[in-house]
Amino acid sequence: MRKKHWMVLLVFGLFILACKKDHPVKEEIERFLGFQKPSNFPEPVYNFANNKVTKEGFELGRALFYEPRLSRNNTITCGSCHIQSAAFTQHGHDVSHGIDDRLGTRNSPPIMNLAWSKAFMWGGGVYDLDLQPITPITTHEEMDESLENVLNKIRAVPKYTAMFKQAFGTEEVTTARFMKALSQFMLMCVSSNSKYDQVMRKEGTVFTADEQEGYVLFKEKCASCHSEPLFTDGSFRNNGLGTSAVNDQGLYAVTLIETDRYKFKVPSLRNLKYTAPFTHDGRFLSLDGMLEHYNSEVRDTPNLDPQLRKNGRLGIELSATDKLKLTAFLGTLNDEAFINDKRFSEQ
Amino acid sequence: MKNTYFKIASLLSVLSIGFAGCSKKDSPTPEFQEANLAPLSIEFDNIVGARTFTLNNTGSPYKNAAGEQFTISFLQYFISNIKVETAAGNSYAVNPDSSYFLIKGADKASRFAKVHVPEGDYTKVTFTLGVDSLRSTMPIDKRTGVLDPAAGGDHENGGMYWGWNNGYIFFKYEGNSNVISDDASGDPTGKKQFKYHIGFFGGYSVPTINNIKVITMDLNAAGIAKVRKDRQSNVHLFVDLMKVFNGKTPFSIVAHPNVMFNDFSSTVAGNYVDMFKHDHTEN
Repeated sequence: MRKKHWMVLLVFGLFILACKKDHPVKEEIERFLGFQKPSNFPEPVYNFANNKVTKEGFELGRALFYEPRLSRNNTITCGSCHIQSAAFTQHGHDVSHGIDDRLGTRNSPPIMNLAWSKAFMWGGGVYDLDLQPITPITTHEEMDESLENVLNKIRAVPKYTAMFKQAFGTEEVTTARFMKALSQFMLMCVSSNSKYDQVMRKEGTVFTADEQEGYVLFKEKCASCHSEPLFTDGSFRNNGLGTSAVNDQGLYAVTLIETDRYKFKVPSLRNLKYTAPFTHDGRFLSLDGMLEHYNSEVRDTPNLDPQLRKNGRLGIELSATDKLKLTAFLGTLNDEAFINDKRFSEQ
Repeated sequence: MKNTYFKIASLLSVLSIGFAGCSKKDSPTPEFQEANLAPLSIEFDNIVGARTFTLNNTGSPYKNAAGEQFTISFLQYFISNIKVETAAGNSYAVNPDSSYFLIKGADKASRFAKVHVPEGDYTKVTFTLGVDSLRSTMPIDKRTGVLDPAAGGDHENGGMYWGWNNGYIFFKYEGNSNVISDDASGDPTGKKQFKYHIGFFGGYSVPTINNIKVITMDLNAAGIAKVRKDRQSNVHLFVDLMKVFNGKTPFSIVAHPNVMFNDFSSTVAGNYVDMFKHDHTEN
């Protein structure tokens, strides 16, 4: 009897292994758990009551995320600028590179932990995930398509009408369903399995001495804006970058409020290993460059964050050792499982 | 011959009976009951100063107070949240789910905002030019019909949704004028186009410019609306687009050829709030 059990488990195990090698869609046969809040994360801000994540909705959203018909000439997908291996950013591009080789003015932000995001885009303007995809679809430098055309193209594909039926009950392709499906996929892209998370959840991993010292430094010098566990407080701040050649004024452009000039959304510090270059216009190619900015390059422009003007000094003093330790700690925020999770890959 | 006269006479008498039947003079004011709904329409009849509204009339352009000649190539605006009030002070607001209308200059049929209100004699009609802040921040499911962000295609074709700054364009008015320069301060494409895209509902979380305009028309002078089940009462408004330039704060096209997302949008909205004039009511 006992032997039989072992045999069954062994065969089952082999089956899973075999699936892992040959079929990246192994997860498809596993039970779909829907959106799961990591135990060390706060309650999400997204209204799940209005859009329950289902297996069918998520899969439809994933198909749409990787669907080139979302762009005018069917060449660009969401995944073109939000590449999973780069933690859903466009690694190596300072500003996003869209349709017809056109260049935008900002760095592709990651599709990650969006269920906790109150505002979208580097400069705000979008406050509901269900409305966010309209921006890249209609932007001239990104997908350059109208939402109406996208929906018409999707309606003409039997694969999609079938998927809409599975996800929403009928084949009807509406703006709301299209947006909700995309949201379901994006909401599932939760990065919560970094070493930091495992340490916080006491899963048996511990920080090295450098990481621990870096963590202490981080809490002292960085956490007021990049607050745990999302490593952003979701606010908009001027971090002293100085004006850019295109004079991007950030939040001001959508509010026209003088005190919003040059404020940009505080980005998360998760997955920095995969997401360089950094800041809204991708001007810093390395973490070292970014840290040096805070140490010695902060410029006094209107609305500079008060955190960057303390004791008569601009910026945050960081010694070479501080930088090493901070870098060690920030390394614990990289989530390899996230960038390799087959559920989020193009199928 | 006699027969013909008789026919004509009887036809006339039938017609006059018909007319008499249509005359509302002796129709008593019904008791105001919220559930007793009847049709009412508000007609937004676009005009330009003393002239009718015609798109692209390059042969006979319009002229504003600054003396600038111009033609109109595109016009669309949202009318929403219709409310009526009787002389006795009974008021009724149309259910918001069926109270959003997009008036399109290129589509004559779109000039009527058709609603249902309780039978009654109304002396006031109130509506919003634009989309209120509540609807501007509603979930995607509530954004259907003219509020569907996919409606109308892209901005070149009639789309009224601002994706990059969650909100609707309330009033979209475009045209051409030879006074517009070909450089960056005018229209670098050389098409000599002016574009007024006015939106701004007041902001999601922090207050921003609010260009939502609530307009109340007093119907007493030009005819109250007698709303009854067996007929269509129509409040006929003239909407004078010349007021955009010649309103409270007159401005010249050459000084402001493009007004979209900037502070001057409030000046334009402050002018267009006075576009509406009640001409008459068809009961």
